[in-house]
Amino acid sequence: MLAIYKKEMRSYFINPVGYVFVGVFLTLAAALCCYTTLQSSSYSTASYFYFLLLSMIVVIPLLTMRTFAEERKMRTEQMLLTAPVSIIQMVLGKFLAAFTMFGGSLLISLINLVPLYIIGAEEDNLTDFSFTHIGPVTAEIVGSVMGILLVGGAFIAIGMFISSLTESQLSAAVLTIAVLVFMVVLNLLNKIGSDSDGTRVINSYVVRYVIDWFSVISRYTAFQYGILQWSALLYYLSLTFIFIYLTVRVYERRRWA
Amino acid sequence: MIKISHLVKNYGSMCAVDDISFDIERGEVVGFLGPNGAGKSTTMNIITGYLSSTSGTVTVGGVDILDDPLSAKRLIGYLPEQPPLYPDMTVEEYLGFAYDLKNCKFNKAKHLKEICDVVKISDVRQRLIKNLSKGYKQRVGIAQALVGNPPVIIFDEPTIGLDPKQIIEIRNLIRTLGREHTVILSTHILQEVQAVCDRIIIINKGKIVADELTENISKAVENTRRFNLKICGPQRDVLSTLKNMSGIVYAEVLAARDGDAYTYMIESEVNVDIRKKVFWTMAENKWPIIGFEALGMSIEDIFIAVVDKTGDSAAGKKKTRYAEQRRAAAEKEMAAGMVEKAAEEVRRRAEEPDEAPEPEGRYYEDYTVTEDTFAAKPEDGDASGDAADGRDGPAEAADAGAKNAGGN
Repeated sequence: MLAIYKKEMRSYFINPVGYVFVGVFLTLAAALCCYTTLQSSSYSTASYFYFLLLSMIVVIPLLTMRTFAEERKMRTEQMLLTAPVSIIQMVLGKFLAAFTMFGGSLLISLINLVPLYIIGAEEDNLTDFSFTHIGPVTAEIVGSVMGILLVGGAFIAIGMFISSLTESQLSAAVLTIAVLVFMVVLNLLNKIGSDSDGTRVINSYVVRYVIDWFSVISRYTAFQYGILQWSALLYYLSLTFIFIYLTVRVYERRRWA
Repeated sequence: MIKISHLVKNYGSMCAVDDISFDIERGEVVGFLGPNGAGKSTTMNIITGYLSSTSGTVTVGGVDILDDPLSAKRLIGYLPEQPPLYPDMTVEEYLGFAYDLKNCKFNKAKHLKEICDVVKISDVRQRLIKNLSKGYKQRVGIAQALVGNPPVIIFDEPTIGLDPKQIIEIRNLIRTLGREHTVILSTHILQEVQAVCDRIIIINKGKIVADELTENISKAVENTRRFNLKICGPQRDVLSTLKNMSGIVYAEVLAARDGDAYTYMIESEVNVDIRKKVFWTMAENKWPIIGFEALGMSIEDIFIAVVDKTGDSAAGKKKTRYAEQRRAAAEKEMAAGMVEKAAEEVRRRAEEPDEAPEPEGRYYEDYTVTEDTFAAKPEDGDASGDAADGRDGPAEAADAGAKNAGGN
């Protein structure tokens, strides 16, 4: 597993794709941070992280599209599958490598928030209201980062699964984006309109409840406020494991086909 | 070392491997021979655990590949049909990855250096794989299979796409490996197995049609019925002389002309060694023979005969299971028959060693030859014959690349 992890990490950086990912991610994060906090003179990081989450729909497929599709196309998977390494180890190695890339970029992007703290500290010194908190709320940030890491893990697992289904990186990427968009849009459908003026798109509460249950984003809300919700944690972790398991099954099945 | 019993693999309704069984001992070099789509690669993929069989068992070193895949895979080094290379890595990085992947416990730098030396890629270790030539890529693929020094090495068409020199090098390498490792090699190039392998397994349409020692198959191949002759002399006279000679059933002039010599093709009766007789007859007429080439039945001929003969006739008919079985049985019988005959021949020769250096006088009794002609060296016709051929055949074929092993 370690060998595959190391190889994947290396291949991210000997291929342009790793640099593209980090570059796009950091640029997007910086731009989003700029617009949502500094430009709109707000200490609230909630919308920054929310938009970051949405941008992951486009960014995560960059990481996952090649994981299995390329190996399959180049026939290098034959080497992995005939080596004394189990399929689970292989999939986990790749997952962890992608997750490291993603997590690493996310942590680096936290630099974006440093100006907020600096401005906050300055403003704190200027005002006399020592009893109010001025500046970004650290708990919210920690919660959001945790939430994004969990959602990212799930997205990576989904992207990997889709990549294992196809030989073409491009179709893996497009399909992953489509699936992720669908999962997010589901949640937006619920939010459109309001009950008071009767403009709800989906009127049935049951349907909304079910959609909510499937929606990846809806559970993220708690993290936004710095609340660690065990059910959400479990939800994301199980989503990740389900798709890792499905990827393993794809390989098992292909052997028997 | 490798034990395969009743292996079956179906791709949907298509049967790629149909009830194959064989054992391979430690230190054997076995050639898997078959036309494209015969099931060679599928069988190899099953042995290496890349694919699973529909039914049947494969054990490698006593370990069932399904029960304990990791231990079994540890014993195998595999070069698939298309070498599994990462184009963006350097050779060094790639072999390092293979080393880590196989979880080896040697001195890494030393082990990899040894392997690079063996397959002669030391000079490209720092280069990106995508920039290497096909031959080097193939060798890197072989190096990858050797990492971890596995006791079983499996090569799927290792010499495909290489130039003749590289082919010879790789064959030599495989022969070297065969001293310490069990090697399975698949190919549809016949000289290759003949040159390298101890044993040949011929597969067609998922079935084993022949499983014999290379020596025996080579004997079957060593046929002394058809020859190309180059004789200086008047074309018509030579031809009529040849045609009228007893023991020759067929003679014709081939187009090739070399000075005043023409090339003739003759075919003798079964079990008659016509060479010496032709020699003396021509000597008598003072038509010097300047070329004498045995058009031995090549291993190709056997192969094609085995694979095609029965296949064609069955193809027209309705393909029932029964017909298939009969065809397979017939194929096997044919191949076995050929090989058996050859083996018997070998035994017969071994039992009568005295016969090889035949008494000189014998030919004088049969054919009257005037004293002055070529009496001084009557053994010429004898030297290139008989038992020595079979032994030298494969080695020569390897060195000469595409040269026919049967011909001298």
